[in-house]
Amino acid sequence: MTQVQTTYRTCPRSGLQFERNAENLMKANAFVAVVWLLIGGLLAIGVVLTRWPAFRWLEADRFYQVLTAHGIDMLIFWIIFFEIAVLYFASSTLLRCRLATPKIAWLGFALMVIGSVTTNVAVYRGASSVMMTSYVPMMAEPAFYLGLILFAVGALVGCFVFFGTLVVAKRDKTYEGSVPLVTFGAITAAIIAVFTIASGAIILIPTWLMSMGVVKEVNALVYRTIWWAFGHSSQQINVAAHISVWYLVAAIAFGAKPMSERVSRTAFLLYILFLQLASAHHLLADPGLSTGWKVVNTSYFMYFAVLASMLHGLTIPGAMEVAQRQKGFTKGLFEWLRKAPWGNPTFSGVFIALIGFGFLGGISGVMMGTEQLNMIIHNTIYVPGHFHATVVIGTTLTFMALTYTLIPVLFRREMIAPKLAQWQPYLFGLSMYAFVLVMMGAGTLGVSRRHWDMAFQGSPLAYEWPGAAYLMMGMVGLTGVIAIVGGAIYIYVTVGSLLWGRKLEGGASAATFTAIPRTAPTVAAQTTGSMGFAAPGTFTLAMVFLLAFVLYYFINWKYLSTLWGLS
Amino acid sequence: MSAILPPAERLWYRHPIDRVEGTWIAIALTWCLIMFFMMVGWHIWGKQNLSTETYRTTPDKFMAKTQAMVDKYTVRTETDAKVPVVKPPPGSDVYLVARLWSFYPILELENGKSYRLHLTSMDYNHGFSLQPANINIQIVPGFEHVITATPNQTGTYSVVCNEYCGIGHHTMVGRVYVK
Repeated sequence: MTQVQTTYRTCPRSGLQFERNAENLMKANAFVAVVWLLIGGLLAIGVVLTRWPAFRWLEADRFYQVLTAHGIDMLIFWIIFFEIAVLYFASSTLLRCRLATPKIAWLGFALMVIGSVTTNVAVYRGASSVMMTSYVPMMAEPAFYLGLILFAVGALVGCFVFFGTLVVAKRDKTYEGSVPLVTFGAITAAIIAVFTIASGAIILIPTWLMSMGVVKEVNALVYRTIWWAFGHSSQQINVAAHISVWYLVAAIAFGAKPMSERVSRTAFLLYILFLQLASAHHLLADPGLSTGWKVVNTSYFMYFAVLASMLHGLTIPGAMEVAQRQKGFTKGLFEWLRKAPWGNPTFSGVFIALIGFGFLGGISGVMMGTEQLNMIIHNTIYVPGHFHATVVIGTTLTFMALTYTLIPVLFRREMIAPKLAQWQPYLFGLSMYAFVLVMMGAGTLGVSRRHWDMAFQGSPLAYEWPGAAYLMMGMVGLTGVIAIVGGAIYIYVTVGSLLWGRKLEGGASAATFTAIPRTAPTVAAQTTGSMGFAAPGTFTLAMVFLLAFVLYYFINWKYLSTLWGLS
Repeated sequence: MSAILPPAERLWYRHPIDRVEGTWIAIALTWCLIMFFMMVGWHIWGKQNLSTETYRTTPDKFMAKTQAMVDKYTVRTETDAKVPVVKPPPGSDVYLVARLWSFYPILELENGKSYRLHLTSMDYNHGFSLQPANINIQIVPGFEHVITATPNQTGTYSVVCNEYCGIGHHTMVGRVYVK
């Protein structure tokens, strides 16, 4: 076995052990991620101020250009750069081993940087305002696709470095037994990522060739079908990744242990098996696809992936509740929650993310992913309302929350403006709650997404939206601006801490890793099963969730039943 | 046995499940199955199911069929562009062209009668968003989607394109009258 020159640092604040190469790569990926968040956030100003009917700030061509860049920079670049950092953390740091092939990992990072910059340059040049989805036969510049392809290859390299690192840990025996649950979740995310990126390559490479005139035609429907195996699945990477982070934060903030490893891991396994089918959600209003195909795929084959999310939604707060009850917060149903560390932005951010992801993102996602119900929201602004609940409240807020922990631990800086950081998850998270609700409200009235002017100026047959739609789009603008301020505070605190924060002690450094000591089975762990109803508060919350879900679901069927007959 | 450490019990998969989790799994699974069968059931008992009848087509072929319908059933024209208003007989095949950046022609339908509505695009992807009824269907170039539609309320409806199709996207609105 070749000996790799590296060092291992044990963080005095968290006890986590960081290997030097992995640490540098995590820092680099997380930093570039935040840069894309900053750019995407600046672009968001243009989007919301244009969709706010009272302002309609940008001209149409500029608006579509800004919207294209906003989507790509946020949904792909910010999130996947951060996810690569999470993958390296979940492998090298949690398993206390060296990172496999650091040079190749840097190559992957370089490809991702080059790719993301290339695509952005193509969009800003002006001839690639094709939206993130870039449906053929509408064509962007070749550089637009090439950038995405390079980025995808780089991300794929990152996934394989992650898998390699798991092998290193196993071979070097840095741990005994099974990998930790958080690592298990990260493996799920990485497996989904490989499928996702492969789908992206399959469809983007021919499209790139078409943009250069090498390939004559890419079938429009085939494009949509395969593109969504990339476009939707990339959001499934987020789900698996941010749910892993939720387990991580529950462990860090509460010392919580999973209620049962069996349930949580099975739920992750269901994601691998069924989550991918959800790309069908985008094709429910399309011609040419059979009903059976739509029903099986859009339901993730009988909603098994929804089941998995509902399980995580119970077990994560449930684990927090059990941990809090063991600390003595046992009064009533909710003392554990009232006495939770609400002033810790890592916890508050994750909790706001969890509730928002479930109630707003989850319920709306299942509704719109129902074959027939999809017809009342397809391509309306309900759709971005939904995915801002999942990707912004769910993933982005979770990653923001995690950053507050990473600043002292990984970046070794004292956080500047801790009071501001305390408020940030509330400001950002709650304004996003309002933002997605009004977006979904406007979408329910039919307002289109990706649309410059809801007044249809210049059209001889202009349609007049009801006043409520205008009111809600105005509120989309207002709440969007507040959310952008919340995002700006995050950037200020994180980047400011790196620039001006007091340097912190790195901790003892060693030439070899310290293996994870074997944990003795705890008494509590062995009795979990016989404790009876361990988390009644969480169960109550879950029932509230179910009630909201059932009501909303059937209200929409009622709405559908009033439409024109269609068959 | 924290989520960031390997499970303390090697045989974690034999660990008993707490009653909270067990109960929730049963409830959640039941709900998932209800949702699944709701979707299947609506195909049997519901009246709003999107047709899957689809044919390959080309702009020329589709335009020829549309023009034949327009020539036969036009009752008047509207707007400065003299867009024909077509009133086809109930039960017949009705063609609607989506193209940059208009719908062609304007349709006039009878309330409570069924029509076979053919949709396609001459160029890019477009959206068929019937307002205020709020029915939204994707229009994909190269594919002719045939939908049997039965209006259930009289009035003036707009067809808004809700798939981004370029700089004039916001001007792309069509019209359907139901009398």
